[in-house]
Amino acid sequence: MKIGVIVFPGSNCDDDCRHIFKDVLGQSVEMIWHKETSLAGLDVIVLPGGFSYGDYLRTGAIAKFSPVMGLVKEFAKVGGMVLGVCNGFQILLEAGMLPGAMLRNKSLHFICKDLPVKVENAATAFTSACQPGQVLTLPIAHADGNYYADPVTLAAMQANAQIVLRYCTPEGKVMPEANPNGSLGNIAGIINAAGNVLGMMPHPERCAETVLGNDDGKLIFRSMLESLRQSKKPLQMAPV
Amino acid sequence: MTKELIAQHNLTDDEYQKIIGILGREPNITELGMFSVMWSEHCSYKSSRVHLRKLPTTGPRVVQGPGENAGVVDIGDGLCAVFKMESHNHPSFIEPYQGAATGVGGILRDIFTMGARPIALLDALRFGGLDNAKNRHLLEGVVAGIAGYGNCMGVPTIGGEIVFNDIYSKNPLVNVFCLGIAHKDKIFLGTAAGIDNPVIYFGSKTGRDGIHGATMASDSFDDQSEQKRPTVQVGDPFTEKLLLEACLELMAGDLLVGIQDMGAAGLTSSSCEMASRAGNGMDLDLTDVPRREPGMTPYELMLSESQERMLMVAQAGKEQECIRICKKWDLDVAVVGRVTGDGILRVRDQGKVVAEIPAKSLADDGPRYERPYSPPGYQDMLTNLNYDALPDVKDANVALLSLLESPTIASKRWVYEQYDHMVRTNTMVRPGSDAAVVRIKGTNKALAMTVDCNSRYCLLHPYEGARIAVAEAARNLVCSGAEPIGLTDCLNFGNPERPEIMWQFVLAIEGLRDACEYFKVPIVSGNVSFYNETNGLSIYPTPMLGMVGLIDSVEQTMTQWFKQDGDAIILLGKTKEDLGGTEYLKVLHHREQGSPPLLSLEEEKSLHDFLLKVIREGLVQSAHDCSDGGLAVALVESCISGPTTRRGAVVRLGLDTLRRDALLFGESQSRVVLSVKPELVEQVLKRAGDADVPAMTIGTVGGDRVVIDVEKGQWSEGCRIDLSVDQLFEQWTFSIERTLSQA
Repeated sequence: MKIGVIVFPGSNCDDDCRHIFKDVLGQSVEMIWHKETSLAGLDVIVLPGGFSYGDYLRTGAIAKFSPVMGLVKEFAKVGGMVLGVCNGFQILLEAGMLPGAMLRNKSLHFICKDLPVKVENAATAFTSACQPGQVLTLPIAHADGNYYADPVTLAAMQANAQIVLRYCTPEGKVMPEANPNGSLGNIAGIINAAGNVLGMMPHPERCAETVLGNDDGKLIFRSMLESLRQSKKPLQMAPV
Repeated sequence: MTKELIAQHNLTDDEYQKIIGILGREPNITELGMFSVMWSEHCSYKSSRVHLRKLPTTGPRVVQGPGENAGVVDIGDGLCAVFKMESHNHPSFIEPYQGAATGVGGILRDIFTMGARPIALLDALRFGGLDNAKNRHLLEGVVAGIAGYGNCMGVPTIGGEIVFNDIYSKNPLVNVFCLGIAHKDKIFLGTAAGIDNPVIYFGSKTGRDGIHGATMASDSFDDQSEQKRPTVQVGDPFTEKLLLEACLELMAGDLLVGIQDMGAAGLTSSSCEMASRAGNGMDLDLTDVPRREPGMTPYELMLSESQERMLMVAQAGKEQECIRICKKWDLDVAVVGRVTGDGILRVRDQGKVVAEIPAKSLADDGPRYERPYSPPGYQDMLTNLNYDALPDVKDANVALLSLLESPTIASKRWVYEQYDHMVRTNTMVRPGSDAAVVRIKGTNKALAMTVDCNSRYCLLHPYEGARIAVAEAARNLVCSGAEPIGLTDCLNFGNPERPEIMWQFVLAIEGLRDACEYFKVPIVSGNVSFYNETNGLSIYPTPMLGMVGLIDSVEQTMTQWFKQDGDAIILLGKTKEDLGGTEYLKVLHHREQGSPPLLSLEEEKSLHDFLLKVIREGLVQSAHDCSDGGLAVALVESCISGPTTRRGAVVRLGLDTLRRDALLFGESQSRVVLSVKPELVEQVLKRAGDADVPAMTIGTVGGDRVVIDVEKGQWSEGCRIDLSVDQLFEQWTFSIERTLSQA
């Protein structure tokens, strides 16, 4: 598989994503500068975490204007698989590729810690290697992870099973005590209606190696690679 | 030049006469400003240099010792660890968020200037007590500033230490340690070699912020110090991130001759130091220096400490390629001069020469002082402590809970959860163990890092305190399975013009020297911060150390928390009547007095050698050193500091001739709490005996309570600690949060 990791000015988990896909999972990885004008030949696009444009104005608010984002939208439109982690998720929201918006954490602090996260939908291309309802331990590291969507949007997402990950107790209970940042319904990750664009605040790339003490994140990557293998057909990109 | 103007620039009459001697004329205002920053204590080390020479700085692994932007130590596999620690104390008191943030920014630049990618930050902080609103404001601001800058840069803050003591109320300390990894054959130095090579400015634009920051950092505070806010720089971590990536891309090509960041004293220090190191001069033209606003004078341009700026000397003909890379990263860039052979730093603006000074005079020929030193009259009063007047502990449960609640001992979770400590996916041991550990990608190795200093010990006995700081840092690394390989220091003291402060400084240096020589750990970089005093009241002498250790194989990494119920608990080392200068005396008896614990370097070294061997052979489940709060606190921390599971313990101790408080809470050195699988206990004890390391089994891991039974001794009755693990955990983990939220 060929994985493209987009590098915005201020991205800082780009190299971590490269490391996981290339060094740990043995895939070929291309680092894509945000001014790139072609995404030809790629099977997956990853929008990594970090502080694109310093998070100035609003997280992801400037990155959505980067030249490459037009191509990423095209790529998704024709069914290409897009994963946005943390700042990548925020950019997907700002770019309108996923519904909702991100607010400042309720505590107003940056929070970095491991958390139990429940797989609400294990039938997606990003979670198929997980059991339904499985509780993963995943780290978060953000100041703006307080997810919000209006009631109508939320109801539609519920109906479509678009809420993929929720913060929970170690026993798997989704309740306010297990919510680190105030996000609506403990939402930690969502998918688009077509099922090919996932945004998640927790960092699977930070917990996909036993040497770091936790490899739950590997389930996300294994799901993605397996889904791709099963549906391998060339993407028809519109000419740019 | 008027006397007032000279005094405003913090120059003495003698120093001014020396300037006239160098120039053969009176300096103009720009030149006066340049001399004043370069000859400030902060930049010239004029009071410390004669003593710093005593420190051991060489060793088989040392690639670059002090004198460059950072020290470099060989870690094998063609790689080097590049590290340094620096203070940002004065600015952090005046403006805590920006002061701390730019402290992080400055040390990061020192590391990537050398060609290394920064992979870890640690912070050593000192604040006054949290019962005071201003101190809480300083803590919150500093932590937010460190988080704001480090997180955005994508460099994990993996550890540190914080001590609270009212002596730091008006002089908090912010010491930032950074480590990066470089290829041994791609180390870059700050040198302006090669006559006619172009000098290129890149990074942020120059503004009017931070002018005379270095001079401020070389002066004491008084009640008006908050008016110095404009001398504090404002950080922009996003630009620094671009600067980092641009630098590493520039260095990957064959383009550069030398490079240096514009830190304290900005354009002045970077230009004259690079020229001086190469024995050359430099012609600078300010006309093209990118600036934030019009109308800036040469004085302002040369002294500005605007952040996120670098100066590079490129190979002639490679200018365009350098400019292309800087522009790719959206940075300002301009060719602002060239290297000359006449040794003169010549500054022009709009075609006119505005300063002309021998580069070496600015950079290296500053004044040197052998300041007088003598112990303060009150020293004996500090060390004299009559134990008989101190009642022994009655309710050890209450004493233990008080110690666990003391913010110096309590968990720093509230702090480190605000720092991204996992980015770059190397962090194997996160904040909260004896040392933090990161793996080195592409190898099977890991590096352990710790920052340490018990400044109360240093107040009571600067020499012993400094030796203990080295011993404790090394012990923390060994407990993590690492062999100490290098050290950086950040020496925070009061006003060196006072003989008692200079006495503290000289003794501390000698303590560092003796301990480092004994442990064969070289000091490869460092920083001195004097004038940490307000209205004549000085901080405790705080020679902060950042030590780095090498783990040959990641599997040998060790942590401090108990792993398995049923494991035996072994205490290494000997417990003596060491109550002087302890956290126990401060918290329970409100005294900061006595002689600090006695340290035997020989015993300490035997302990390290033995412990490292048994850890590497896989005989040990956990290892935690005894420090603040003594054996009882070390036992509790071993029970409750693990990332997932908490465990109880049942321990039995004999008093023999000791007091109860000395046994439980005394801070005797060279002690470590181990847990060992039952079937290996005999082997570990025998090996300890062979190595002359005192060792005995004191209990067993397990249960949901921590029980410590102290048996009756020769002079004293026994006592018992019996508390639930949950209560201990709550007390220790949330203490700082509770204090901040109740305020």
